[in-house]
Amino acid sequence: MYSLILATATRLLIPLMLIFSIFLLIRGHNEPGGGFVGGLVVGAAFTLYAAVYGVSQAQNALRFDPKRIVAVGLLVALVSGLLAFFQGLPLMTGLWYPQPLPVIGKVGTPLLFDVGVYLVVIGITATIMFTLFEVEGE
Amino acid sequence: MDILIVLPVLIPFATSIVMLLCWSRRDIHRFLNVVGAVLLLIASLVLLNSVAHNGVHATQLGNWPAPFGISFVADLFSAIMVVIAGLTAVVGAVYSLGSMDQARERFGYYPLLHTMFMGICGAFLTGDIFNLYVWFEVLLISSFVLMALGGERAQLEGSIKYVTLNLLSSALFLSAVGILYGAVGTLNMADLAQQLSLLDQPGIVLTLAMLFLVAFGIKAAIFPLFAWLPASYHTPPIAVSAIFAGLLTKVGVYSLIRVFSLLFVQNITLTHGLILILAGLTMVTGVLGAVAQNEFRRVLAFHSISQIGYMIMGLGLFTQLALAGAIFYIMHHTVVKMNLFLVSGIVHRLRGSYELKDLGDVYKTHPWLAILFLISAFSLAGFPPLFGFWAKLMLVQAGLQAEHYVIAATALLVGLLTAFSMAKIWAEAFWKKAPTPAQPNTRNLGFMVAPVVGLTLITIAVGLVTQPFYDLMVDAANQLADPSAYIAAVQSASLALR
Amino acid sequence: MEFIWAIVIGALYAAGLYMIMRRSIVKIILGLALLGYAANLLIFIVSNLTRGNPPLVPPGATAPIAPYADPLPQALILTAIVIGFGVQAFTIVLFRRAYRSFGADDIDELRTTER
Repeated sequence: MYSLILATATRLLIPLMLIFSIFLLIRGHNEPGGGFVGGLVVGAAFTLYAAVYGVSQAQNALRFDPKRIVAVGLLVALVSGLLAFFQGLPLMTGLWYPQPLPVIGKVGTPLLFDVGVYLVVIGITATIMFTLFEVEGE
Repeated sequence: MDILIVLPVLIPFATSIVMLLCWSRRDIHRFLNVVGAVLLLIASLVLLNSVAHNGVHATQLGNWPAPFGISFVADLFSAIMVVIAGLTAVVGAVYSLGSMDQARERFGYYPLLHTMFMGICGAFLTGDIFNLYVWFEVLLISSFVLMALGGERAQLEGSIKYVTLNLLSSALFLSAVGILYGAVGTLNMADLAQQLSLLDQPGIVLTLAMLFLVAFGIKAAIFPLFAWLPASYHTPPIAVSAIFAGLLTKVGVYSLIRVFSLLFVQNITLTHGLILILAGLTMVTGVLGAVAQNEFRRVLAFHSISQIGYMIMGLGLFTQLALAGAIFYIMHHTVVKMNLFLVSGIVHRLRGSYELKDLGDVYKTHPWLAILFLISAFSLAGFPPLFGFWAKLMLVQAGLQAEHYVIAATALLVGLLTAFSMAKIWAEAFWKKAPTPAQPNTRNLGFMVAPVVGLTLITIAVGLVTQPFYDLMVDAANQLADPSAYIAAVQSASLALR
Repeated sequence: MEFIWAIVIGALYAAGLYMIMRRSIVKIILGLALLGYAANLLIFIVSNLTRGNPPLVPPGATAPIAPYADPLPQALILTAIVIGFGVQAFTIVLFRRAYRSFGADDIDELRTTER
């Protein structure tokens, strides 16, 4: 079912949701937010897109296979945990770059880990959504 | 020393990540599957060797000290369990190469398998009870998908029962963790062991003990919480059934032993006495259920329940010899029960059925397979001089020493009934004349036979050279009975932080 | 306050267990979800409800400002919610497939695996 009002609203909403998700991701270490909610917001954006334009369009818009996104996310999380080990510290110790960057703030392995979580959540929600929509469409 | 403890988690994790990255390459999946499993086995053996020589290992993840950060601890018991997991991984990986169909391989069978092994090793190594919950969920959700993968009707049906009861158990586990935190204010197991002994609230401690007993009891399939096991374990492909029967229920048994040797030792007469009664009932109901079955895999599934009873019996007696016997029995059962499931898979390949009434003639056409089956079946029933005999001997001896004659007699009687139903499988599947001729499917059969031969050799070898294993088990049991080394290792790991 | 919450949580557990024992597979899903919520709320209440400051050490100080809320139960619940989210999504997909395969929403029909 195609609705012009929903489609127009979606066009405006999706960029906002994507920007908001990145905002959540970056502020997440010390304030409410983080990779998980950020990823969920992206997942919600794609669910909205799929509801308006159909699953195959949403799959095209995502560009990558959701499983690959999950894999990259897991890899990023694994690397963020291992970095401390290569410094001779226990696994998953937080390492921080001493100088805060403009806009983003302090950067360190916890942020990298959050990026991994963000990607995993996007991939998983996309997989769940595509599976459920496909079952619906049969 | 630090990395050794986490390697058994990191190796399967990395393996499944790489597999996910090359999702559509079935050949790479098959190759990595074996490489990852062999690396896991090697890492686990190195860990066991190091723990046996240098004492309990502990590390604090994220550089946070003990009650706050998550500890990873490897005492001998954990290390032995990880070795069992590594062995299961190698056997399951090789057997899957020969037995798994292409459709399941395409749908991510191998990455799921390794994710499950990550969860299992994590559960064995963690020293934090909430973290144990998390690892349980990791292994559970992979096992859910493994069980349902393929979507045959029987599989979906088995999965529904498996999923529902395991989620119920998880909810109870989570509730118990919550109440535990409310009562004691810590979740680190080493810290809990100290705090619980100071807590003067026997009512709450007993409630917690019972909650954990039910939660882990469902996962370990003890009486009367085992109904999901015979309804589901025979439905997925045989490699999955074998890994589940060999290893997955042992995670529940491991958790029971860990919790009831480290945390809940305030009222041993009551808690461990109850466990002992449950052990006896588990043994008897499991073996009686098996006698009534007429399907190869279902007989084996019911036997798993009765064998769980033996392991729990070791915990219920709670002497050092009994705990050593329990750990030895866990090892024995993993090897032998996996092997029997794997043999049933080969028989299915040769005869095209799992129903005992449709089978037959295997001894005439494939005598080597019949002998492989017999060795494992004898070991399961406890015939000397095989692996199972020594495990059972330790448990019965411990029962006699503790003057629990009823349980010792039950253990012997159940051994006899086990032999009886193994004889039934032998007569029906291997000995009698087959009702119909069959077209054996021998494609890739070598991958399926090699693990069976390997496990049979282990069964014989451990039976002949028991002493070093016996010493190892006794050391592991001593560490369980006196947790001071466990607690000290966690404390010194926290002190060593920078 | 805790007394009211105790009753609410108890009611959630009871409702969850009741739903699990129904014959309809949809109700089983709802029951499992309710049990999860009950467990999460239980963790929250059992570890003392406090209205307090965030457990963060302000710049220049060495300890957080008392009274501060215990962050651990919240972290536990957050983790449990995330896990519950994944598990429930899987359960729904599984039960849907099962429903399509059996054509029935009745647990009593599922008997072929235990003759």
